Amino acid sequence: MEPVRFAVAVDVMPKEGISDPQGQTIERALPSLGFADLHGVRVGKRIELTVEAPDAETAEAIVRAACVRFLANTVIEDFRVSLVAAAPPVPSAGGPPGGPSGGGTRA
Amino acid sequence: MSTRVAIIVFPGSNCEQDVHHALGLVGVRAEYVWHHATDLGGFDAVVLPGGFSYGDYLRTGAIAAFSPVMSAVRHFARDGGLVMGICNGFQILCEAGLLPGALRWNAGLKFICRPVSVRVESEGSPFTCLAPVGRVLEIPINHFQGNYYCSPRLLDELEEQDRIAFRYCSPDGTVGPEWNPNGSVGGIAGVMSGGRNVLGMMPHPERAVDPAVGGRDGRLILESMLAALGRSTGGPSLRAG
Repeated sequence: MEPVRFAVAVDVMPKEGISDPQGQTIERALPSLGFADLHGVRVGKRIELTVEAPDAETAEAIVRAACVRFLANTVIEDFRVSLVAAAPPVPSAGGPPGGPSGGGTRA
Repeated sequence: MSTRVAIIVFPGSNCEQDVHHALGLVGVRAEYVWHHATDLGGFDAVVLPGGFSYGDYLRTGAIAAFSPVMSAVRHFARDGGLVMGICNGFQILCEAGLLPGALRWNAGLKFICRPVSVRVESEGSPFTCLAPVGRVLEIPINHFQGNYYCSPRLLDELEEQDRIAFRYCSPDGTVGPEWNPNGSVGGIAGVMSGGRNVLGMMPHPERAVDPAVGGRDGRLILESMLAALGRSTGGPSLRAG
């Protein structure tokens, strides 16, 4: 079976209970802008990538392994893996170099 | 035979020459080792200097932790070799799993560059053996991500096993939140591995080796390491000298 290319989003957030100085600082700045009703600000990061795998389960397992090993530091961060959609097919050999990458259109 | 210390240089390291100079002042001719090296044979100790390896991308130390040399550092540490990570070196050792815990953004979200007082906490470790417990050292810090975190359970373990090398303190040795510059759990400024042969510390001992520029308290840490090496190899102990 041809491998499918999946577009994946990884959200990495500070673990519950771990201080988040960025979130706290942003929250303290909000009232002066008139947003006094906004609370619970937490700042993380989002990593987008594509992965080739026979199916969605395998794709997710590969990305989760990369998260545990490298993309997140599980001592202080949690992560969530979302398969966004099947990405455009891998360009066939001989196609234009580079091809569509992270910036490509996603259905 | 003279002591050989390897200073690992990653892309973005920037304190390697300071470490080289400081080790020279205590009588060691250190050698730079590029991060592509795969063998640390013949070295007596290894230092991971400060800096901004790989531009601090993803997380501080996260990418350097997978440099080829880190397998050699891991083997070196597993065999009981002394490894010291300073600032970014500490961050790399945590990311590589050679030290427990992680370093977060400073609690005040400021880059801090100033001398601080730290208190020696561990009894007779290879990196503090020339300083009694409670001795206060003045050493500069220079970091944005030095806010040490470990779980409460691990903190207990570190205390029970006497693996906390240094805590931030007042000039007279009082430990408390008001003397904690970055929010570190337990005021921890330096921590050691289970075998106490791997040390990570945020303060820069290599920047406190000359009374003309910031005092010489940092020498005590480098000299302790050499004294410990002297003991373990059966060579002349610097403590006696």
